[in-house]
Amino acid sequence: MKWYIIKRLIQLIPVIIGVTIIAFSLIQLAPGDPARTMLGQHATQQEINEIREKYGLDEPIYVQYAIWLNGVLHGDLGRSILTRELVVIEISERFPNTIELAIAAMIFAIIIGGLAGIISASKQYSITDYTVMGIALFGISMPVFWLGIMLMLIFGVILGWLPIGGRIDLIIPFQRVTGFMVLDSIITGNFNALISILKHLILPAIALGTIPMAIIARVTRSSMLEVLRQDFIRTERAKGLSERVVIYKHALRNAMVPVVTVIGLNFGLLLSGAILTETVFSWPGLGRLVVNAVYQRDYPLVVGCILIFAIVFVIVNLITDILYTFIDPRIKYE
Amino acid sequence: MVNKYYILTIGICLTLIAASFSGCVEEEAEEMVLIFAMAGDADKLDPADVTDGESISRTDNIFESLVEYTEGGTDIQPALATSWEVSNDGLDITFNLRKNVKFHDGTDFNADAVVFSFERQYNTSNPYHDYGEWAYWSYMYYDIDYVEKINDYKIIIHLKNSNAAIMTSLAMFTVAIVSPTNAEKWGEDAFKHPVGTGPFKFVEWIKDDHITVEANENYWRARPTLDKIIFRVIEDPSARLLAIQAGEIHGMEYPDPSSFDLIKSDSDLQLLTQAGMNVGYLAMNTGYGYYDENENGVQDSDENWVETPGYFEPLTNKLVRKAINYAIDKNSIIDNLYKGTAIVAKNGMPPFMLGYNDDIVDYSYDPDMAKDLLEEAGYPNGFNTTLWVMPVSRPYMFDPPKIAEAIQSYLADVNINVELYQIDWSTYLEETENGNHPMCLLGWTGDNGDPDNFMRVLYGSDSASIGTAGNVAFYNNSLVQEKFTAALQSYDVTERAKLYEEAQVLIHEDAPFVYLAHATQNMVFLSNVKGYVLNPTERKFFYPVEIE
Amino acid sequence: MIRERETKTQELIRRFKYNKSAVFGLILILFLVFIAIFADFIAPNDPTPSPPELENSLKPGFWSNEGLEGYPLGTDMLGRCILSRIIFGARISLTVGFIAVGIASILGIIIGVTAGYFGKWIDSLLMRIVDIIFSFPALLLAIVIVATIGQGLDKAMIAIGIVYSPQMARIMRGSVLYIKEMEYIEAQKAIGSKNLRIIFRHVIPNSLAPVIVYGTLMMASAILDAAALGFLGLGAQPPTPEWGAMLSESRLYIVSGAWWAATFPGIAIILAVLGLNLLGDGLRDILDPRLKT
Repeated sequence: MKWYIIKRLIQLIPVIIGVTIIAFSLIQLAPGDPARTMLGQHATQQEINEIREKYGLDEPIYVQYAIWLNGVLHGDLGRSILTRELVVIEISERFPNTIELAIAAMIFAIIIGGLAGIISASKQYSITDYTVMGIALFGISMPVFWLGIMLMLIFGVILGWLPIGGRIDLIIPFQRVTGFMVLDSIITGNFNALISILKHLILPAIALGTIPMAIIARVTRSSMLEVLRQDFIRTERAKGLSERVVIYKHALRNAMVPVVTVIGLNFGLLLSGAILTETVFSWPGLGRLVVNAVYQRDYPLVVGCILIFAIVFVIVNLITDILYTFIDPRIKYE
Repeated sequence: MVNKYYILTIGICLTLIAASFSGCVEEEAEEMVLIFAMAGDADKLDPADVTDGESISRTDNIFESLVEYTEGGTDIQPALATSWEVSNDGLDITFNLRKNVKFHDGTDFNADAVVFSFERQYNTSNPYHDYGEWAYWSYMYYDIDYVEKINDYKIIIHLKNSNAAIMTSLAMFTVAIVSPTNAEKWGEDAFKHPVGTGPFKFVEWIKDDHITVEANENYWRARPTLDKIIFRVIEDPSARLLAIQAGEIHGMEYPDPSSFDLIKSDSDLQLLTQAGMNVGYLAMNTGYGYYDENENGVQDSDENWVETPGYFEPLTNKLVRKAINYAIDKNSIIDNLYKGTAIVAKNGMPPFMLGYNDDIVDYSYDPDMAKDLLEEAGYPNGFNTTLWVMPVSRPYMFDPPKIAEAIQSYLADVNINVELYQIDWSTYLEETENGNHPMCLLGWTGDNGDPDNFMRVLYGSDSASIGTAGNVAFYNNSLVQEKFTAALQSYDVTERAKLYEEAQVLIHEDAPFVYLAHATQNMVFLSNVKGYVLNPTERKFFYPVEIE
Repeated sequence: MIRERETKTQELIRRFKYNKSAVFGLILILFLVFIAIFADFIAPNDPTPSPPELENSLKPGFWSNEGLEGYPLGTDMLGRCILSRIIFGARISLTVGFIAVGIASILGIIIGVTAGYFGKWIDSLLMRIVDIIFSFPALLLAIVIVATIGQGLDKAMIAIGIVYSPQMARIMRGSVLYIKEMEYIEAQKAIGSKNLRIIFRHVIPNSLAPVIVYGTLMMASAILDAAALGFLGLGAQPPTPEWGAMLSESRLYIVSGAWWAATFPGIAIILAVLGLNLLGDGLRDILDPRLKT
């Protein structure tokens, strides 16, 4: 197992390097000049040249890449051109926000999607089954941003129940410790803040979690159905075990493998969705950061963000693979 | 297993219910905190190194300059300087500095601090010069030669040329005085640890979320009434409006015009509105620019007029440009798209400024006249062209794509088929300044309240330099440029006004622009917020504000 | 041989008819295709009138007394008929979906078949590249590509096509590997047929089923992603009545009460995507029982 993980980690290196090369060349080929964004209207040529020289923007791409890679190996992702801030800091300030949103969305997706799938499977071809699967199909057909806007409209504007943007009601005093705000409010025992933070989390998490929820519901259902058809389940039933015990104790465990795969695979979808959700809900996360960085041609920031996205993505895939062994002891890695 | 699920579900439901009730329990705030929603985060908090309104709105409450604008106006009054004197030749300005002023970090304010704040911008051998781009320096302060310390509380600013606009420029954020010890302490990172002399001290900056400042107890004027200001970032205008309706924030900038009726009908909200110092226009590339080889900002005799990359035959014809002016119903655009949050523009600078020519009669909406003019110009069947559309909203043009779509439809009506072209903002500026466009949307928000900052910069021949043009119509009329130059160098107000008025007549006749709108600046506050004053420069000072 | 194939087709059609949701999906899609083709006759108003009727700005539809006669779903900010724009938008969304998937299929088939058929280092190399592209969040890669090649509907289609191609490549490679082992391919090789001939004559036709199935499902995602790009302002340019862009430019007005301008384009997107998903699911059940999830 240990060797397997090490082997997999080593295999990741070329993929990550490939990702950065692609990101680096694409963004460098893009028209647009960060020097311009920085200087605004009425910049002089001399100022533009000075900035280009200062940030090495006039070097050939491969030289810039080599310099950048050398920096990365020393833990330095460079500085954002527009804000002068270290890219590492820019990213680390947003990272917890995106992770909290993604986790909240996943919790929502797994609980609701999982339950829906199980209920559907245990009552195959019933009205409940059709309704749940119908809703799930709507779920995967819905544009994330539209759903976000509709949630804002209904719960924020018409009903006025929930806030529609930001992370916390700023009137509430709040102390930052780790940057993970849910965690921080618990650590500091700040109950008011926790409630406000959770309220702010609900709508974005639902918007982001709906597609994974629908997918999980569908996969859980079909995977459960497959397992329920198998011999050992028949035996269990024949032994006179109650339907509940059969479904939840025996079938579910065996149906988990494809569900876990799908959760892992959908993490990438979740990151894509985060870009849109964060835009709709003014969420101070990585998705919004990278989109704005692309718009402003802030090369170091774009490449840094993509690097982080790629690392998170491949690590989640690795964790997914490792989880298999716990769920299904038959799977072994050498 | 099943029980776990139920417990979790019930837990979530309970949290949801608890959450929806807890909103009713309002925290009793001991401090007077004002939360203000901005449309974007600051780039940097170094006043000399930023050009965007979002950064400036924060730094303006932390830093001060030698002089400042009167509240709600553009006249000059003492700030960190108590008095000043201009020499007879107009080349030296002597400032007496305010005594007993301290920076937030305890450093004394004195001539060294002033010299440092200027020198780091223009002196390339200053060790702090490399820590900024100083974008505004070469564009507005090129006439400053150097700053000299006479004694601890007296300095002289030496100019290369006399410049009638320099005093107003000295009230800008760019020349705000920063703490030299702080710059030394943080070096390259000083931009995120701002230390000035202003009414508020910097506390924290959570990127993309908020910036907090607190009252400066040792402010040289009376301590501000507000204990704290939190500048929150909410990009979406509708989200800002919902936040203020919910009482989560006390004030916001840039409400969308479509929501004005709603705001006015809500007794908990107040809408502040004032004529803005801006102009939004459609520029038609008249065809010729020059390459400013020696980068002196002037079209010298050896720098010839050449075709711009976006040269487009029909637009070189005055009749066509007039036809386009007649074809667009500006009133309808102002009424229905700006929803009345702008006035129709007929000149290239706002009406309240020195030298505005109100005698000019604007082109009316007259598609028939437009068609006649096109026929006269030799284009009876119209033509196809491209309009470049800004990808971002600016105060002078709140939603450029929609305005562009409306213009497109109007022009189609007179057989001019316009394709819309959008590209990212940096490329947009680069390409329009390079003259790649036949027609483009752009505009300008005034920096210092001086007409020179509109007229010469936007419409002078010298500004038609390919690659760095401020004059994106590449409008070239030497008579107009002469008037601008004369007006800049003259200190006689009546004479300056006359020169600008004459120039506007010529510009109107040549019609290189369709002037669209002077947008109002608008801010929304809860009705219990008092004392906020809008400024024509659109800068935001929260010093006099209080919450009842 | 011919007779056998006919009965096979007939059998497929029979199975399709029994699949109610697939039939429903097909009807939905045919309905949208019909609307798209005959938009000029169906749409009650000009989607981009000239000169503009700005005074009609943001008027509600049939549900309100303040609505305008002949504008059943209300108007947008520029006073244009939302129903007509949605109808013309069907043309754009369907085209985008089709062309993006077309690009993805061509690229994917080339990469997948090359990798699967030739194997060895070609396979490893191509699959590593595919892995790399997979490590980007799809939308982010599309955004970066659009930033590079420029914004606009055509560029968005290309970007989405490129982003989707690895998925298609993997599917193709899988089925090529499966087919390659079959006896008749071995036989072809044995009689000395050229590689290209084998690929075009036998390998590709025999692995088309998954391409059709996944192509349909991918079209659904492509429409969603194109709308997302439009929403971010990187897709269709004004005044193109693209659904995502329509939604994006109208979301500002929800708060001031004009909810219709953003709501209906969203519903149109859902219908199109739903139809394709239903159809794709159905086709998968029929064409390729192996792939059933």
